[in-house]
Amino acid sequence: MNNLSAKAAAPLLEVRNLRVEFPTRRGTLTALDDVSFSIRAGEVLGVVGESGAGKSMTGAAIIGLLEPPGRIARGEILLDGQRIDNLPREKMRRIRGKQIGAIFQDPLTTLNPLYTVGRQLQETILTHLPMTPAQARARAIHWLEEVGIPGAAQRIDSYPHEFSGGMRQRVVIALALCAEPRLVVADEPTTALDVSIQAQIIALLKRLTREHGTAVMLVTHDMGVIAETADRVAVMYAGRLAEIGPVREVVKAPRHPYSAGLMASIPPLDRKVEHLAQIDGAMPRLSAIPRGCAYYPRCPHVFERCRVERPDLIDAGTTRAACWLHDPASEKQVPFSGTGSTVHV
Amino acid sequence: MANALSRALDSDLWYSFSRSPVTVASAAVALVCVLGAVFAPLLAPHNPFDLASLNLMDAFNPPAWMEEGNAAFPLGTDDQGRDVLSAIMYGARVSLIVGLSAVVFSTVVGVGLGLLAGYLGGTTDAVLMRIADIQLTFPSILVALLIDGIVRAALPPEAHEGIALYVVVFAIGISNWPQFARTVRGSTLVERNKEYVLAARVIGLSRVRIMLTHVLPNVLGPVLVIATLNLGFAILAEATLSFLGVGVPPTQPSLGTLIRIGNDFLFSGEWWITLFPGIALVALVLSVNLLGDWLRDALNPRLR
Amino acid sequence: MPAFILSRLLQAIPVLLVVALISFAMFAYVGDPVAIMLGQDFTEAQRQALVQSLGLDQPFFVQFFRFAVNAVQGEFGLSYRLSRPVAELIAERAPATLELAFVAAAIAMLVGVPMGVYTGLYRQSWLSRFFLTFSLIGVSLPTFLIGILLILVFSVLLGWLPSYGRGDVVDLGWWSTGLLTASGWKALILPAITLGLFQLTLIMRLVRSEMLEVLRTDYIKFARARGLPDRSVHFGHALKNTLVPVITIAGLQLGSIIAFAIVTETVFQWPGMGLLFIQSVGSADIPVMAAYLMLTAVIFVVINLVVDILYYIVDPRLRAGRGGH
Repeated sequence: MNNLSAKAAAPLLEVRNLRVEFPTRRGTLTALDDVSFSIRAGEVLGVVGESGAGKSMTGAAIIGLLEPPGRIARGEILLDGQRIDNLPREKMRRIRGKQIGAIFQDPLTTLNPLYTVGRQLQETILTHLPMTPAQARARAIHWLEEVGIPGAAQRIDSYPHEFSGGMRQRVVIALALCAEPRLVVADEPTTALDVSIQAQIIALLKRLTREHGTAVMLVTHDMGVIAETADRVAVMYAGRLAEIGPVREVVKAPRHPYSAGLMASIPPLDRKVEHLAQIDGAMPRLSAIPRGCAYYPRCPHVFERCRVERPDLIDAGTTRAACWLHDPASEKQVPFSGTGSTVHV
Repeated sequence: MANALSRALDSDLWYSFSRSPVTVASAAVALVCVLGAVFAPLLAPHNPFDLASLNLMDAFNPPAWMEEGNAAFPLGTDDQGRDVLSAIMYGARVSLIVGLSAVVFSTVVGVGLGLLAGYLGGTTDAVLMRIADIQLTFPSILVALLIDGIVRAALPPEAHEGIALYVVVFAIGISNWPQFARTVRGSTLVERNKEYVLAARVIGLSRVRIMLTHVLPNVLGPVLVIATLNLGFAILAEATLSFLGVGVPPTQPSLGTLIRIGNDFLFSGEWWITLFPGIALVALVLSVNLLGDWLRDALNPRLR
Repeated sequence: MPAFILSRLLQAIPVLLVVALISFAMFAYVGDPVAIMLGQDFTEAQRQALVQSLGLDQPFFVQFFRFAVNAVQGEFGLSYRLSRPVAELIAERAPATLELAFVAAAIAMLVGVPMGVYTGLYRQSWLSRFFLTFSLIGVSLPTFLIGILLILVFSVLLGWLPSYGRGDVVDLGWWSTGLLTASGWKALILPAITLGLFQLTLIMRLVRSEMLEVLRTDYIKFARARGLPDRSVHFGHALKNTLVPVITIAGLQLGSIIAFAIVTETVFQWPGMGLLFIQSVGSADIPVMAAYLMLTAVIFVVINLVVDILYYIVDPRLRAGRGGH
């Protein structure tokens, strides 16, 4: 992606100041707060963070399937410049599958056990594309071949339980892509899989989306997958964006202390280490997010401003980070290079 | 668990009780029914079994608020001139006694056999649980009817009259033991393999003792829930048997008997003779069932 | 036929044997059949002859074997009360009970399942709350009271429907049916509702809780994420997945419909097997009780088998030969 064409084209997906709330008996929890990012056509955006950071929630909000009582309390989501967060149910349904596909985490539970994979593919195709059942079936076989199911023409009439986990995830990918959506929200697509199969699935997803020009929002906590697959990466922490930028920059020189901590916790492939880095403490619960920066209780560079004032995304060279260290107005107390060397090893 | 139970009674149980208006209302209704039944001899306006006080001139009085009603008989009178309200109070006594006894009976049998099956394992376990399975295949009302029928056939009618009440208790009680047995057996199997049981055995405690002191207290919660839910069932089963004419003897009419007697007068327009005992029965059973539901949810949210 | 259905059939044999043993024990040891059959006046020679003809002097297993062979042929001897062959009595009464049970089960399914689906899908609507309250009352009302109330309202007060009997029946060979006449249907309505109401509420609550469970699953979320219309998600995907547990319970409930037919038939004086059974219990007519017990056991076994076959049709995982749950 070069910067010129990026500026010319409007983003495919734009999320602006998204806030998701869960009303509970003990008050309203804010699960996502002020999340803004965009994905360009054909681009792969990786979204990383600990569990509970709001990655999956962001994906659910985009496809319009937040679990009740969760609701979008503020902000907007635009697809091709058109708002989709406030569409009527039926209109949003037509966008799901057709414009935005989704891949879930566990292929063992994602497919309906009572129907053949062919039937599930066919109904998806017929829902979104003007085809005869015979054409839909041919397309279903085609997509099974595309995702690498051997003997697709025979296997189409098999039930999900007759496939292995990796094969089922391939079927799920076929289901997500068979109506050729322009964006796919892939929520931890390899987490539930065998390590030996993870790489294959990621390679498959990467190849297919590139061939079809599909943009991907790849939610994962596996930095290795992100480094390998994504164009840009968004780091989430406690329901907020901590940093967003080109994946190389964020991996090599993270600007946010939390990203730095995350990067330091990736086991390097080229050398042996005694200990992996870890970040002390735990992410705050949604009901107890501190007033200032959500990360300050764990941050090695915390200073006074972090405790009282909440940082927005600030330009920090090639990335944007929600950290006062990068605000020229802050009086930096510790020079921060962002190489990850400052975190606890 | 005995500790846990008393702790729960102190706080959580009482809290969830007082927070649920339906439960409080059920408890109130159940209390009224029970008090009315227990103190029937003191509270009832008439003694329906004192034949001398019955007057056929009072027969078929409609409820007091209707035309031709008589204030002395608030809910009207039956064909014998018996006060319906008093008959209900005395009838509820019989219903409650039979229901409670049947539940106690099936609890004792079920818990005993369940402990035995879980404790002994092997053939005993297999045989007992297979019997339970087979019995559970049949609706318990059918089992109760059958047992009642067999006892009737086995005994001469004169002898049967005297023990009819016990027969009903036995029939209903025996038709329900498998539920208790299964629950207790399950807990026993879990408990039997726990570390502390092994430890207790190592120091020489007998397994019987371990089962009684450790397993039994642990299953009391679920057993209490099943027992409560079963009380509603047992009262209904008794009413059904009596309605069918094979339950308690007519000399000791229960609510079911009253409904059966009143049913004959439905067509001639004397609806109150059957309707009021029916309402009393439903109020009693519904309130007991709601209390059981609440107890189940309060004691163990996972036990569905 | 897959192996697991065969194995279920084999499992049914011990059940049938135990029931046959109980029936036989009732027959042979409860009361004194000889005394009952001979009546007041008899000679010792007559008694001996009867004992011999009944085979009561034979060893236990020989007697049981004869009983079982006879039972398989539908031969249960004479009713003590009516002095007629039990098989004949039951054959006469069976159509009435089966028609009643079938219509009641149909009402329970056809009304209970949609109500369950509705209350599962629209949990908050006032209609759902109404259905749930109604179902709680349905569970707590004893069958006979429901019958009495229906009679009070529709027969006594409104005079719309008959309160007892089967109405006009048409004989089709040995089967007498009330389903071919208007008066037969009119007579069937109240008993069928009485009998079906409890099952209806039960099925409704079951379908509802299963729907709620299934709607939370990943494959339903994924079906929505694929943009499938609500209709297809709710009925194609969700409802079908609730069917397996619903079939189980509904099958078992069909069994209790047979049992509760006893009560309903008593309330409405419906001339079926249940009424025959309760009259037999009242008069200690052991042969009829024994035959009824055997017949119920067979019906239950058949129902369980049908349930297993339905499983097999609904759930492809069973077809793959993974066995039951």
